[in-house]
Amino acid sequence: MSKTATWIEVCKLDEIPPSQARTVNAGDTVVAVFRLTDDRVKALENRCPHKDGPLAEGIVSGDDILCPLHNWRIHLDDGVVAAPDEGCVKTYPVKVENGQVFLSLN
Amino acid sequence: MLKKKLVMIGNGMAGVRAIEEILKANPDMFDITIFGAEKYPNYNRIMLSPVLAGDTTVEDIILNDEQWYADNGITLHMGKRIKEIQRGYKKVIAEDGTEAEYDNLIIATGSDPFIIPVPGHDKDGVMAFRDIDDCDKMFAAAKKYKKAAVIGGGLLGLEAAKGLLNLGMEATVIHDQATLMNMQLDSVAGEMLRADLEEQGMHFKVSTLTTEVTGDERVSGLKFKDGSSLECDLLIMAVGIRPNMALAKDCGIYCNRGIVVNDYMQTVTDPSVYSVGECAEHRGIAYGLVAPLFEQAKVLAYQITGQGLKAYQGSVVSTKLKVSGVDVFSAGDFMGGPGADVLELMDRVGGVYKKLVLEDDKIKGVVMFGDTADGPTFFQWMQDAKDVSEQRSSLLFSASGLGDSGHSGIDLVSAMADDTIVCGCNGVSKKDIVDSIVTKGLTTRKEVTSCTKAAGSCGGCADLVDQLLASTLGTAFVESDHEPICGCTDLNHEQVKEQIKTKKLTMVREVMNVLEWKKEGCQVCRPAINYYIGMLFPEDSEDDRSSRIANEKMHANIQKDGTFSVIPRIYGGETTPDDLIRIATVAKKYDVPTVKITGGQRIDLLGVKKEDLTAMWKDLDMPSGFAYGKALRTVKTCVGSKWCRFGTQDSTSLGIHLEKRLDRIWFPAKVKFGVSGCPRNCAEATIKDIGIVGVEGGWEISTGGNGGVHVVATELLCIVETAEEVEEVSKAYLQHYRETGRHNERTAPWQKRVGLESIKALVVDDLESRRALVARMDAYIATQDQDPWAARVADAEKEEINRFSEYKRIDIPVRVEA
Repeated sequence: MSKTATWIEVCKLDEIPPSQARTVNAGDTVVAVFRLTDDRVKALENRCPHKDGPLAEGIVSGDDILCPLHNWRIHLDDGVVAAPDEGCVKTYPVKVENGQVFLSLN
Repeated sequence: MLKKKLVMIGNGMAGVRAIEEILKANPDMFDITIFGAEKYPNYNRIMLSPVLAGDTTVEDIILNDEQWYADNGITLHMGKRIKEIQRGYKKVIAEDGTEAEYDNLIIATGSDPFIIPVPGHDKDGVMAFRDIDDCDKMFAAAKKYKKAAVIGGGLLGLEAAKGLLNLGMEATVIHDQATLMNMQLDSVAGEMLRADLEEQGMHFKVSTLTTEVTGDERVSGLKFKDGSSLECDLLIMAVGIRPNMALAKDCGIYCNRGIVVNDYMQTVTDPSVYSVGECAEHRGIAYGLVAPLFEQAKVLAYQITGQGLKAYQGSVVSTKLKVSGVDVFSAGDFMGGPGADVLELMDRVGGVYKKLVLEDDKIKGVVMFGDTADGPTFFQWMQDAKDVSEQRSSLLFSASGLGDSGHSGIDLVSAMADDTIVCGCNGVSKKDIVDSIVTKGLTTRKEVTSCTKAAGSCGGCADLVDQLLASTLGTAFVESDHEPICGCTDLNHEQVKEQIKTKKLTMVREVMNVLEWKKEGCQVCRPAINYYIGMLFPEDSEDDRSSRIANEKMHANIQKDGTFSVIPRIYGGETTPDDLIRIATVAKKYDVPTVKITGGQRIDLLGVKKEDLTAMWKDLDMPSGFAYGKALRTVKTCVGSKWCRFGTQDSTSLGIHLEKRLDRIWFPAKVKFGVSGCPRNCAEATIKDIGIVGVEGGWEISTGGNGGVHVVATELLCIVETAEEVEEVSKAYLQHYRETGRHNERTAPWQKRVGLESIKALVVDDLESRRALVARMDAYIATQDQDPWAARVADAEKEEINRFSEYKRIDIPVRVEA
């Protein structure tokens, strides 16, 4: 069964501070939407696999996010945790159109 | 600044080690002059036996050659014996008339061998075994004479006899006790040692007292109390040493068995005169072994350079016989009285004997013969009072299976089991660390931290990690002081700061581009760069929030569940009913789950949701407490003279005043004050970054304390009369710290790194420099004109999008697919 992405309006790109993130509540799910240095956007579940740290409050380092609790390094593209730690965070499709950020929860 | 004059009498191991420690602590504090009676620079006296035995040479045992003295600007008078100390004039006079004045004097004259005053002891061919000259004499004698006798069956006597055997002489050891090395060995080990040495050709006469040295001009024999006699043409007396204290005694310094010193190695008579090494008597003991002397040297250096109080507590010593082919080790109380818990292993065929004396499952003493590999480990466990009940059954077979080389710290990590957790915060074992060093070729602590996380959190195990690196790599280990900031760059803190300053770089990204950062920047380097920019160009730079860690970015402390905590300023820990009511009302309104009184006399509201922060700050309407930042945290005060019947000064008012003046400043790391109204010090000021203690007619300012992972007491900076001076000196100290501290380096390690004396010079003594520092601090304070919470509240009330909108919550609908 194939699913097409259902895009949901989140906010304007300008409403995400540069190189930082916004937390987005979708029912029980909390998603962190990141604005990278070059204005690309990425979305991850806002929960570090280590101790549930809120990734949105971390430091954006290139295409990685550093968890604010214990500095785990997580790749924003695929949610994979960098060595020596191990784990993976759920990623969400996200896009910018005309300055508007859209997120898909599929 | 004029340097103080330091003179040392004696050029031996203990004294020169003390000089090395002093140079390490503060290389520019003293003009140093050393007088040595011998015509050699400092050499390793404990290696004389191997020199005599032909296992090494004089050149090889020189510890500090003449170049070393020159390189360190030390005036060395070799072969000049001091004949008098004139304490009244603070000078010393050598036999040849050379004089030297001192501010501080170190007497490190060591000891003289004891010559038993039996009739005939002054004949030719009777000598001691103490220095290189004695070695030379024995070399010469061995060419002409054949029969040597050594009085004294202790460590030195046996080593001398072995040396003479190697030189082709016959050697007979005469000992007054039944057991050889009876100070270090029990009778079993003593017997085994004797058998071993007899096999090597040594002769013994034990339980024998010498009554006369016979011969004409030169010794030709010995007579003993039991009526027997022995022919010999060379006699070595090795029955012990006497602290060399005549100089001290002659100038009125109190001496007992040695020159009596306190726990700081100062003579009890004259605090400007120190003594260290074999000539010093500490708590009734004059040590004749080398390990305690090194510890004494360290304490002396600590005291004389004004680093504060570090007391010498005395030493437990261990002994190892340096005779090739014979392994003996002993330490502590190895005899074990009646009823003692003794473990013994005896292998006569294999020539191995091990004995451990235990008390309450802890090692009290150890004797080992034949196989001494575990000696240092046992010795370490003895000093650590380690409980060995678990290893009991296998203890005598092997403690660690590892060697017995020198460095105590490395020994400690070597003795550690592979699965011992080195880093408690991150659960990293010794094996994890060693494996990553070996397999990934790591050479620095930073690399180990990034690969294994060890020492990445509280840093309490950093020393252990360094030791593991040192023991695994040997000399390839790079000392951490010169390491780059992090893996993103090859530059260290000082280099980055210098580049920012000279190139006038005012943005974090610019710095990383211009200085060719290898990666995008991480939680270590980006906050550091951001700090340095803000410190150097407060008016021409903008704070980069994306380079701040979560706490500083949000102006609240992130908690383990992702909520935040809010701590308003309660200046000096003094509050009012109105403020308390407001805090309580806010706590109720926002359903704060935990309200906690902090260690710094403030109130912490824990469990606040991010989206509630700005509203809560608005309702609180109190200044931000900066509990989240590398900034001034608390100024802890006692009630002081306003209420306390013991109070001599109004500590509360001073604390409030200081906190108000300094409350919005960013520092390299957090800064805490303590202000106590009297020396009872109820505000625990002496473990703060700046501790201020009221005394009659003034305030004592001490600095560089820390109550964290490694507790450090403050060191006295100065005493001032007025509260204004306290503010001035505190500001100057903190501005100096802001300018020269490394990001994330607390004042305690900073002060140790740059040296209290150099800080004192700039902050206290040189008024011009003090005022310049204060002026820079005031200029910076003027730029920090808005409270961050008030600023965020104002931003939140604006309609338009701004860079702080992340505090707001975004809700989106959840679409369920059909």
